[in-house]
Amino acid sequence: MTTAQPAPDLAAFRKLAVELRQTILRTIANAGSGHPGGSLSMVELLIGLYWHKLRHDPKRPDWPDRDLFLLSKGHGCPALYTVLAYHGYFPKEELMTLRKYPTRLQGHPERGSLPGIEISAGSLGQGLSMANGIAMADRLDQRARRIYCLMGDGEIQEGQVWEAAMTAHHHKLENVCAIIDANQLQQNGPVKQLKDIEPLAEKWRAFGWHTIEINGHDIAQVVKAYDEAATIKGKPQAIVARTIKGKGVSFMELNPAWHGVAPKPDELEKALRELSTVHV
Amino acid sequence: MVDKATRDGFGEGLLELGTTHPNVVALSGDLEDSCRAVAFKKQYPTRFFSVGIAEQDMIGTAAGLAIAGKIPFACSFSQFVTGKTLEQLRMAVCYQKLNVKVVGSHGGLSVGADGATAEALEEFAHMRSLPFMTVIAPCDALEAKRLTIACADYPGPVFLRLGRAPVPAITKASDAAQIGRANVVRSGDDVTVIACGVMVMHSLQAAEQLAKEGISARVINLHTIKPIDRDAVIAAAKETGAIVTAEEHSVIGGLGGAVAEVLAQTHPTPMRFVGVQDRFGTSGNPADLLKAFHLMPEDVVKAVKDVLRLKQHAL
Ligand SMILES: Cc1ncc(C[n+]2csc(CCOP(=O)(O)OP(=O)(O)O)c2C)c(N)n1
Ligand SMILES: [Mg+2]
Repeated sequence: MTTAQPAPDLAAFRKLAVELRQTILRTIANAGSGHPGGSLSMVELLIGLYWHKLRHDPKRPDWPDRDLFLLSKGHGCPALYTVLAYHGYFPKEELMTLRKYPTRLQGHPERGSLPGIEISAGSLGQGLSMANGIAMADRLDQRARRIYCLMGDGEIQEGQVWEAAMTAHHHKLENVCAIIDANQLQQNGPVKQLKDIEPLAEKWRAFGWHTIEINGHDIAQVVKAYDEAATIKGKPQAIVARTIKGKGVSFMELNPAWHGVAPKPDELEKALRELSTVHV
Repeated sequence: MVDKATRDGFGEGLLELGTTHPNVVALSGDLEDSCRAVAFKKQYPTRFFSVGIAEQDMIGTAAGLAIAGKIPFACSFSQFVTGKTLEQLRMAVCYQKLNVKVVGSHGGLSVGADGATAEALEEFAHMRSLPFMTVIAPCDALEAKRLTIACADYPGPVFLRLGRAPVPAITKASDAAQIGRANVVRSGDDVTVIACGVMVMHSLQAAEQLAKEGISARVINLHTIKPIDRDAVIAAAKETGAIVTAEEHSVIGGLGGAVAEVLAQTHPTPMRFVGVQDRFGTSGNPADLLKAFHLMPEDVVKAVKDVLRLKQHAL
């Protein structure tokens, strides 16, 4: 069983981040399609959860008291699948079946198809409402688990997200923690150009959430934010993670062209090589 | 001729409307690239509105634009632009009979590897059930372009369903492309296959194969599912006595349902439905999925043989 680690090994996490990024890119390249940009930006956010904060047990994916991670931005699933495979929820080799018919590794996650997937997602904007519903049921059942919901900065343009934000505040859902992967881009370009969502932290605060703004690639800040959020009583928490879409690969970083295409073999090689020279 | 997706035909049609119809405007929810509306966005930046990932807001905004006299084309994936927005389409658009054009790209299984959440298989049923809504599903890029252009002068709400995957050209510039008017694309006497979208091509291939076995199949391209061309459907039933419908959509409430509704009340006829059997899509490349979901020419052939047995019994 993996439980909260009191003293996270930050140096190990930084190395792990590089390795996960490499696996994510290999997985997408092998699939021939997928979303590299938004998968690479959320790596540290997942490490902070799956290797530090989340109470989970890969051998018992349906353990009733586990903490839940809901990936609302479903297109980021290559990152989640990679993390789950590293934890042994399913064999790592199965990553090579991503998006290939028939497969458990759907292009967007399907609940019930693969161990560790808590909700189906892919139509953006729906995860936070489900997190709230789970938290309400847990309160009735006196179950003390935490529910984390990761959303994209484009995704939160969906009105349902803000309906859910008001619901969580009104019902004081202190076990709900929203994470916004504020990687600055959506599909067709910069969020700022397509529909500005700033000031982001002020928005969540105005909606009554305990809001923590961090650099989402600084693993120390990520871990600290999760720890702080877990101590908050009486209100939901939002972690606004400032990130870089395509993080770690220079030609992908902040380049909208890498939202939804797989790297070709030469591009993959280039990306892997670049990642392998990262000093951690 | 190279294969071309119906979404590309739409993009060309929209661009042309930019010059011919100054009142035409376009909106997208961060899918202007996928919907091929980028050329219009570049050419007419002030007439393109980015609403972000907010389909419900987009349809409401389109309604407002229409109230103020514009002809808005609201573009997204077919699933999101019809599914998330059903209530906005119902009250804001259809109840007010507004001149809003709803454009859904990536209809059917053509989005492939993205999987079930983006694969639209129920939109005909949703859109067809809305009063005043017109429902169109072109079979090739040229037809998509011509029907897009026709939309602008066709008052009231229209839903245009487009595909992502390139498809061979079937129609010619000399063919009719009139909203509400079906096209007989192959004549035949023993059975009629009524299809739309990619299934028109598969039905033509099926008819080819059936001809070799001595079965003469008529093929109708029913690009407008609503209002349905009752005359063409009833004539086919009377003249051939057996009907197969074929669509890249659920067998519930789509083109097949529309045809059955007409025939049950006018000329009950043995029927078979080729379509998706009340299930969600899944990840895979579109070609593999069409096979796995039984939407290939051989599936049409099989349905024709089944319905001919029924016809035999009925005689
Ligand atoms: C309701 C809905 N509308 C549109 C899409 C298509 N889509 C998939 S990803 C995406 C952009 C998402 O941007 P963001 O939330 O910022 O994610 P990230 O940058 O992390 O990839 C869009 C428009 C969708 N999946 N769901
Ligand atoms: Mg983003």
